[in-house]
Amino acid sequence: MTTILTTPETKARRSRPLGLDIWTTVSLALLLLFGLFLLYPMFGVLKESVVDPDGGLTLSHFVRFLANDYYVGTVRNSFVVSIAVTVVSLAIGVPFSYFYTYYRLRGAKLLFVGAVLSCMSAPFIGAYAWILLLGRNGVATQLLESVLPFKIGSIYGFGGIVLVLSLKLFPLVSVYMNAAFRSIDGSLLEAASLMGSTGLRRVWQVMIRLTVPTLLAASLLVFMRAFADFGTPMLIGEGYRTFTVEIYNQYLGEVGQNHNFAAAIGIIGVIVTAAVFLFQKFAANRFSFSLKAGSPVQKRRPRGIGGALIYAYMYVLIALAMLPQLYIVYLSFRNNNQVVFLPGYSLDNYRMAMGRLLGRSVYNTIMFAVVALAIIVLVSVLLAYLVVRRANPVNNFVDTVSMLPYIMPGAVIGIGLVIAFNSPPLALTGTAVVMIVMLVIRRMPYTIRSATATLMHLPMSIEEAARSLGASKLKAFWRITVPMMGAGVASGAVLSFVAIVTEMSAGIILYNNRTITLTMSAYVAITRGSYGLACAFSAILTVLTAVLLAIYLRFTREEDVRM
Amino acid sequence: MSVAITVKDVVKRYGETTVIPGLTTHIGRGEFFTLLGPSGCGKTTLLRMLAGFNTVESGDIFFNDVRINDVEPSKRRIGMVFQNYAIFPHLSVRKNVEFGLRNMDVPRKEVRSRAEEYIELVQIERWADQMPDRLSGGQQQRVALARALVTSPEVLLMDEPLSNLDAKLRVEMREVVREIQKRVGITTVYVTHDQEEAMAVSDRIAVMKDGVIQQLGTPRELYHRPANLFVGGFIGRTNVLDGQLHVENGQTLVTVAGATLVVPGLPGAADAVGPVKVAVRPEEFVLDSSATTGIPAVVDHGVFLGINTHYFLTLRDGTAVEVIQESEFDEVLEPGAEVFLDVKRHKINVFDRDGATNLRTGSTAAQQQVPA
Repeated sequence: MTTILTTPETKARRSRPLGLDIWTTVSLALLLLFGLFLLYPMFGVLKESVVDPDGGLTLSHFVRFLANDYYVGTVRNSFVVSIAVTVVSLAIGVPFSYFYTYYRLRGAKLLFVGAVLSCMSAPFIGAYAWILLLGRNGVATQLLESVLPFKIGSIYGFGGIVLVLSLKLFPLVSVYMNAAFRSIDGSLLEAASLMGSTGLRRVWQVMIRLTVPTLLAASLLVFMRAFADFGTPMLIGEGYRTFTVEIYNQYLGEVGQNHNFAAAIGIIGVIVTAAVFLFQKFAANRFSFSLKAGSPVQKRRPRGIGGALIYAYMYVLIALAMLPQLYIVYLSFRNNNQVVFLPGYSLDNYRMAMGRLLGRSVYNTIMFAVVALAIIVLVSVLLAYLVVRRANPVNNFVDTVSMLPYIMPGAVIGIGLVIAFNSPPLALTGTAVVMIVMLVIRRMPYTIRSATATLMHLPMSIEEAARSLGASKLKAFWRITVPMMGAGVASGAVLSFVAIVTEMSAGIILYNNRTITLTMSAYVAITRGSYGLACAFSAILTVLTAVLLAIYLRFTREEDVRM
Repeated sequence: MSVAITVKDVVKRYGETTVIPGLTTHIGRGEFFTLLGPSGCGKTTLLRMLAGFNTVESGDIFFNDVRINDVEPSKRRIGMVFQNYAIFPHLSVRKNVEFGLRNMDVPRKEVRSRAEEYIELVQIERWADQMPDRLSGGQQQRVALARALVTSPEVLLMDEPLSNLDAKLRVEMREVVREIQKRVGITTVYVTHDQEEAMAVSDRIAVMKDGVIQQLGTPRELYHRPANLFVGGFIGRTNVLDGQLHVENGQTLVTVAGATLVVPGLPGAADAVGPVKVAVRPEEFVLDSSATTGIPAVVDHGVFLGINTHYFLTLRDGTAVEVIQESEFDEVLEPGAEVFLDVKRHKINVFDRDGATNLRTGSTAAQQQVPA
């Protein structure tokens, strides 16, 4: 401001209509967009949860929820199963990362690709495949029961959810912990060993303690994913009801729909995730310290019996994690008559899929993902710039708002969008637009974070240099800043693309025949009991995911993989 | 209890490349011993072999009479200070210092009091209960030193401990390091590439190049009587002049850039008649503007630095030399001025034609002896 006061002529030259410079305009536009597509729908959910059928204000939905053990139980179930998934994922993911980082393993790249693939697969494919393997009529069940003298336990319920989600989510822990272990300075470990801290004691005293912040971050991520997951408990949970399934039943169920009640459950779910989020932040603050970069630790070759055990652990784990997808692809070529797989192989399932909107599903999936991703990248880059380079209350507010979807289960976002855009003036429900809006909202926080982090590491002086050489603000941004952010944002964007392609929990509420995607088609086939068809859709989805990830991993250094 | 260290024919290889081709030396009890050399000379490699972090391909390392080649680092009773300090960022300063003691089954009470003793020794009491990331580089260095010494190790190893500090702090900390080492009386092996730092702290210095000790001696010996041209150039600054050595009437004469000088005290002269390298440090030149004999030179420019004035001159054969003179009031040697230079004959060094042997001492790298 002072410059303007002392040199009025520059003011005259710089001023725009209404005195807005281009970045102010951008930040107001973003505020408007987030207000319309995020805050307004969320407000809608909140409103829906506190109105009675006559339009009056009431807390009766919450009272009904809290008074009924069954409903409270669904949130408790979700919470307990998510904690269990988090603990198991840490228990199998941390050793995986430890061996991966500190040993020179044969096929390390393969292990890593396998981990990423299984993590990025569509949410319900794991559950579906495990049912086909270990369910009541599962292949493995029949095989094992003919050999073993006792009955093997049921895959359905709590155990099944934990199995499926842990195998799917432990790679998240691994990707985070790989980076954390890698960043531990070799001389810290040497210093520890000179002071008598060796072996397992050193792992505990130094390595785990140094990675506590990362462990906490990874735990939060796993918890959130497990808590918000819909497909897995829906398919394999059976009697073990989670709140996401309950929301779905209340909102779209065949009997006894109650939209207000569904909204109330959603609000309660958000309260739980927000509490967990805040608790994690608090814990992370207590353990925070800064690690200086140093020389990385030299990898060792695993030797002897210990080495064999390490190899066994790594490969068995990845094999188990990959098993569902491989099995689904295999089954998609098997003959079947709807519910029973028959001997022999053919392309019948795919032929049948062609008749069931396969073309439209694939087109929608790709088209939605491309458009959503373009919007996400554009908004993320702009918002990152505003937050990092032009921090002010408005921009910080938009940044905070943009992070809200991080703690919001997909179902809640889905309901919010339906409520908000069900009627004119913005009757978007059932259109491709609302699907794209949903995908953008769901995936935006991740890309914004990676864009912000990337920009923070770019020195301001580079832009200033461009400006001093006569580039306008906008030109400096497009020609200098954006290309420099490019690599960081692009690597995050590919993973976002995959996540969008496999999106499920909000889409299930919003889709219709015209906006159906591959995940929806597969899900519909599963619920209708058309196993072969479901496998065909799932296989196509799996292959699409795998191809995208293969391209991604081909061009990304492993250190840059963020999920 | 500190120990003497004996290194015998030690070889280090990384794959095909040999980093240390066979090194032998002896480090005395309580000695402050420095490995000095340019990067890649093998000094850190040798230090890490002493610590046990690098394997020894062949040869032996003894602490007193005990061969420690295959002893675990944690069992060698070593304290080490790392280049980046390696302070545990998740532990407070005090917990860092106590870390080693806690792993040694020392009674809890004693852990506290011994840590306190060393915290006081390195004067970090004020920060004892803070997290280390709040500390400056110098303070972190003190923590690292206390942590390395608190377990009463037999050997203290320091790997370029001051290289991350700014120039002023580096000077201050090297005094601290030296003083504490003397007070504790521990055998210390110190690695640095900074020759001034090495001279300031060391009892003896081993100058290394390509995995070979070029010269081992006290800082004074290295400076005044470098064993070869490499050491002469690495320790302090040196002008190297091409000369011709001949012996006449029992006198040793060296002809340099148009002047012939009598240089006494060259026992190896008779075998080295012919081309030689003459090493003259900047302060070993005598620049008297009124002199009419000596090595003719033309002043290029002068730089006034307070105590001293540095002159840059060109000799007749085109060699550029640097001369340091104590500053005088009326000193003005304009660029282009023609002067005659003399040298302090008893101080300068004369090397054979490839700079491998100092004709004053007759010593070469190969002949370096292991002192008892």
